[in-house]
Amino acid sequence: MTARLIVEADGLVKTFGKVRALDGLDLSVHSGEVLAVLGPNGAGKSTFINLIATLLRPDGGHLTVGGYDVARQPAMVRRLVALAGQSAAVEPTMTGRENVQMIARLFGQSRSDARRNAAAVLERLGLTESADRLVRTYSGGMRRRLDVGASLVGRPAILLLDEPTTGLDPRSRNELWDVIRALVADGTDVLLTTQYLDEADHLASRIAIVDHGRVVASGTPRELKQRAGSTVVEVHVRDADSLPRVTAALQVLGADAPSIDVPTRSVRVRLDVATQRVFAALRPLDDTGIAIDEVSVRQPTLDEAFLALTGARQEEVA
Amino acid sequence: MSLPIALPRDNAAGLIVSAQQIARRVLLNFIRTPQYVVVGTLQGAMFLLIFRYVFGGAIATGGIDYVDFVVPGFITTGVLFNAMYSSVGMAEDMNSGLIARLKSLPIPRSAVLVGRALADTGLQFWSLAITIGLGFAVGFRLHGSWQGALAAAGLVVLFGLVFEWLFLLMGMFAGSAQAAQGGALIIFPFTFVSSAYIPVATMPSWMRGFAENQPVTVMVNAVRGLADGHGAEALLGHPTSYFVIRALIWSVGLIAIFAPLAIAKYARG
Ligand SMILES: Nc1ncnc2c1ncn2[C@@H]1O[C@H](COP(=O)(O)OP(=O)(O)OP(=O)(O)O)[C@@H](O)[C@H]1O
Ligand SMILES: [Mg+2]
Repeated sequence: MTARLIVEADGLVKTFGKVRALDGLDLSVHSGEVLAVLGPNGAGKSTFINLIATLLRPDGGHLTVGGYDVARQPAMVRRLVALAGQSAAVEPTMTGRENVQMIARLFGQSRSDARRNAAAVLERLGLTESADRLVRTYSGGMRRRLDVGASLVGRPAILLLDEPTTGLDPRSRNELWDVIRALVADGTDVLLTTQYLDEADHLASRIAIVDHGRVVASGTPRELKQRAGSTVVEVHVRDADSLPRVTAALQVLGADAPSIDVPTRSVRVRLDVATQRVFAALRPLDDTGIAIDEVSVRQPTLDEAFLALTGARQEEVA
Repeated sequence: MSLPIALPRDNAAGLIVSAQQIARRVLLNFIRTPQYVVVGTLQGAMFLLIFRYVFGGAIATGGIDYVDFVVPGFITTGVLFNAMYSSVGMAEDMNSGLIARLKSLPIPRSAVLVGRALADTGLQFWSLAITIGLGFAVGFRLHGSWQGALAAAGLVVLFGLVFEWLFLLMGMFAGSAQAAQGGALIIFPFTFVSSAYIPVATMPSWMRGFAENQPVTVMVNAVRGLADGHGAEALLGHPTSYFVIRALIWSVGLIAIFAPLAIAKYARG
């Protein structure tokens, strides 16, 4: 790959008083890849995005965007990036169309270009029917889509999406994913943040897991999953006495030892990627007649991925 | 290190277009929020009626009628009450995420504030028209020349712009709409401890020192002199030009201080 670097962070530091929101973050993003920055609340995701968008200035380290230094050439950077921030950035007393047209005009487009491009963006986001309604009458999901639309209308080289689907219902979330995928197919470089592993998995070609202002793991979704264990099998039993037997049966499935949680009477194991024998492993349980309340086969939660990838449990966020 | 990405051409709006777009947004926001229009107008009307008819009878204003005395004061201080909305609006914007987007756009740093100042100046015209109308309705009459009246109106709009910058700055520092509203209480000493509603001669001497020299008094007296002619000059003890010149100096000085401060504050975040 000879793709050029679009974002290069080197020992990036940003402090707010005593809080080190970014604490020596190193990360490079190449053109053509979609990077998802994954991390819990307070990890520093928004801070990183806001530094790229030149809303904040770094306190240490280096950050270049498209080859321009954010501290010394912010005006250049602003011509390359567009931001859909974490809180909706639309004017509620204007219509959807007026909002998008305003941003298009601010990107230097002529009146007629702005009108045409706004219409195209609204169409793409499925907002044509409600385009002429005031945004204060929109649902949260529609606002979010409009927000993304407003950042698209300037045809940015690099699109920054800070938790684009937080607060959306599953259907709106899927629709937005489709839009993002289509943009990527058109050649826009996308950098997004998310708290959801499955979202990163669906959209990103590379994931960087951030915690306490540093990248703690990065790689393709496939690589990370191999390290995290792609799937978790969890068995809830009716009677705590049967936990050891269930644990023994699940042993063969796991990349490492199953973990037992006595209060919930459950056993959990991260599935070895090589294992295809989930049902074969569960069958003996059936034969022994252990009363089982629930068997679930699911993606690891963010917490579990953290545990596997960093060897440390993420701090409880109150 | 790789070579920089070639910048797209013509994807950055200049100051005029961007300020105009921002101004349009502020105006639409005002017009489409009926409670601003209705509450703002009613509040002004009530205030004027109270002064004119409740307090007015008890206040002696020498050779001129109280209504002629108070209406220019009321119109001039109206500018400060409007500026309160600018401050709250700015504070709201800072928290809304919209400012974050605007800051990430390739537009001049001053565009957002210049746009808002333009819009708010437009709104000053609107509110000036209403207060002048109200003033005539409660019996105010011009006693100066019509040129003087026009100049008075021009001064009021200028004063609006002066306080606009101060209040935008306060709005940005406030951090929330509530705090901005609290900060805007500062207008009460400046409007009430001034010559706007009563002659300063009736105040205790320690207060009079402040009242006579603070900018609101100077501005009110400039407008009053232009609107009321000789009667006002006799009451105020100075020719109108005395106040007009001082009011202009105050205006230029305050804008020269607060406009750059506001723009710098905005750019630094
Ligand atoms: N303007 C600010 N002033 C003070 N502290 C801040 C500010 N912005 C962020 N922080 C702190 O910096 C840290 C990182 O915050 P950031 O918003 O980047 O996290 P995040 O990963 O985006 O979290 P979330 O998932 O909740 O959006 C947090 O501890 C936060 O409290
Ligand atoms: Mg965030």
